[in-house]
Amino acid sequence: MSTDTEGRSRLVTDAGYIAGAMLLLYVVFLILGTLQGYPVAGIISSLQRVTFLVAVYGLAVLALNLHWGYAGLFNIGVAGFMAVGVYTSVMLTAPVGASPPGLGLPLPVGILGGMLAAALVGLIAGLPALRLRSDYLAIMTVAVSEIIRFTYNSNTFSQFTGGASGFDSIPPGPIRQLLLQDASSIISEPTPLGAAIFQFMEFSGIGWISLGRPDTINILSTLLIVVVLVLVYAFLVRAVNSPYGRVLKSIREDEVAAQSLGKNTSRFKLKTFMLGCALMGLAGIMWFGAIGQSSVYPNAFRPEITFYIFIALIIGGAGSNTGSVLGGALFAGLLFEAPPRVATILTDALGVTNAPDTIIGALGPIASGQLTPMLGFLLDNMSQLRFIFVGVLLIYLIQRRPEGLLGHRSEIAAATDLSVRPSQSKGGETDE
Amino acid sequence: MSDEPGPATTNIPDDVETPDELDPESHDSAVEEAAKRTPRGIPLRVDGLRKEFGGITAVDGASFQVEAGSLTGLIGPNGAGKSTTFNCITGVHTPTAGQVQFNGENITGLEPHEVANRGLVRTFQIARELEEMTVLENMMLAPKHQRGESVVRSVTPGLRRDVVSQEEELREEVWEMLEFFELDHIAEVEAGTLSGGQRKLLEMARALMTDPEMVLLDEPLAGVNPTLEEKLLERIHELREDGYTFLFVEHDMDIIMEHCEHIIVMHQGKVLAEGGADDIRNNEAVVEAYLGEDVS
Ligand SMILES: Nc1ncnc2c1ncn2[C@@H]1O[C@H](COP(=O)(O)OP(=O)(O)OP(=O)(O)O)[C@@H](O)[C@H]1O
Ligand SMILES: [Mg+2]
Repeated sequence: MSTDTEGRSRLVTDAGYIAGAMLLLYVVFLILGTLQGYPVAGIISSLQRVTFLVAVYGLAVLALNLHWGYAGLFNIGVAGFMAVGVYTSVMLTAPVGASPPGLGLPLPVGILGGMLAAALVGLIAGLPALRLRSDYLAIMTVAVSEIIRFTYNSNTFSQFTGGASGFDSIPPGPIRQLLLQDASSIISEPTPLGAAIFQFMEFSGIGWISLGRPDTINILSTLLIVVVLVLVYAFLVRAVNSPYGRVLKSIREDEVAAQSLGKNTSRFKLKTFMLGCALMGLAGIMWFGAIGQSSVYPNAFRPEITFYIFIALIIGGAGSNTGSVLGGALFAGLLFEAPPRVATILTDALGVTNAPDTIIGALGPIASGQLTPMLGFLLDNMSQLRFIFVGVLLIYLIQRRPEGLLGHRSEIAAATDLSVRPSQSKGGETDE
Repeated sequence: MSDEPGPATTNIPDDVETPDELDPESHDSAVEEAAKRTPRGIPLRVDGLRKEFGGITAVDGASFQVEAGSLTGLIGPNGAGKSTTFNCITGVHTPTAGQVQFNGENITGLEPHEVANRGLVRTFQIARELEEMTVLENMMLAPKHQRGESVVRSVTPGLRRDVVSQEEELREEVWEMLEFFELDHIAEVEAGTLSGGQRKLLEMARALMTDPEMVLLDEPLAGVNPTLEEKLLERIHELREDGYTFLFVEHDMDIIMEHCEHIIVMHQGKVLAEGGADDIRNNEAVVEAYLGEDVS
């Protein structure tokens, strides 16, 4: 009846969805790892990688959901805002003596600075575009995103950005700093805490599993990103379950109606755009600046990243924060990470050798009844082909289930339970 | 509940004009008498309003005034420029020329939200309900200056308490308004599933939740079935008695004649005639403008 119980039961359901999806992913990757004959540590590290992807996709999709799912702001330059976030944070935190040099500032300054810079770029892009029709924002964001990439890529600024090769050794993340005396070297003397943790993970800890330092650091760093994801999720759920969220929804539905009720929609749009850009900056920092990546370079931020994030949001259901995380998880795990692994397994299992290099070479033998070359070609090119599957899935979703997995739920934008009537609220007071 | 929604301004004449020494009995009637004799305020003045779309002149130098607390009708054949006039008054369109004054302030060319926040709200000819939001959400959107419209206040633990408590108060007002418009039984459905008439009711109820002084209604009865139509007109009269001012576009001449104390007739972007029902009925220009028109 009351907000609390209703909110709590939804929270439980949503936690169930996420837990279910993660369980599914872990089982899939456990099976894939086993089929590929990975050692235990290898399987664990592949689960870590999936968790990492799920978390960073979750962050990016949540930010896009604020823009597109809630306020209807069609931002197709997500990659650019992520790039600004991570580049700025690396520039702020890289050692002064490094090449390209940084400012040597502490990590929290770098993270906040990166988010702020992304928000400012959002301001510059949004200020002119948000006043116009919504398609202008789309054009503006994709243009800005590409301009950002070209700028980081260009030789002119390579003194500061590293040009096409970017920053090849980015400052170590907080887990390394916490566990190692010299955070930049994995073989350095550990801190007392580090020593204890490494000892635990390597020998005694989890029975028969023995994990080395890199795995340990990666797992803990991934957990840290998961914590960031949980915080951002909680922040957004609170932010949109409020009068603010109502205004955003009304802008998405009918901006003129919102204006005619006295809402300064331009201000709301600009603020929301900047907030979402800041969160995209944060996603970029976590994605490219944390672990698994030791370098940041412009071509990691090609426009397709934006489209992956959009697809994940469409799968999960635009307008739902839980759906965003769910869509991010399923996309990252099942559509992005799994297909190449499946292809490898099939290639091995079917004994496909010397697959043709071109589609012509693959098509020819079909005429003579030989399917293996075609199969080999397809499996060989799985990393590219998976996006054809994604495209097909997208068309299916748009036709059959445009609201995605959770977009159909009516998530009421309110800080209280609106269904409580004045007369009822007096009667129901006792259970609060 | 029916005495609840009413702009603060209604009480001003009472406070200002009532000498304390008068006993309550005579004071009531004295105020009523005074109200009848003294001319009421003119919240809305439209002066030489002109709006061109490319080659089309939709409004062509229209001038009129609306008296405080009145139910003023705005009629005219299709394409006369009524909706465009509304759009120019409320900032949806910028007028090509002319001036709009609200409570003595020049509001010409202000943004729609600026006009609305001054207490002048409107409904649309084609209802603009927010389809994927529930009736309750639609209603809760409207109240002005809600604390929780700030992200910071909505997310910060200490400050959110104020957001919640204000929303609880507004929620109560919203339910009262929904009961007043007899929409309470569909409060939790999405507005997109409502019938045409219910949408019109919702749009009006929602506009009233902004606590306006004056409401512009663009064909609030279009698509509303006859029983609902009666109800809606009744509501409008009740609200007017509470002190709201209405400017009301309607195609049905009979309804306008019966319900509006003052009528403005537009034709080809100009104000053709103005006055009470009898003046309009006997106005030759009006009869001519409507000649051949189906005005039933
Ligand atoms: N946005 C617009 N762009 C171009 N022309 C317009 C626009 N809005 C209105 N018009 C034109 O202006 C004229 C007046 O239209 P308006 O909608 O104001 O008339 P109306 O009196 O409200 O008519 P109705 O009774 O049919 O609602 C019409 O000729 C119409 O086609
Ligand atoms: Mg009209």
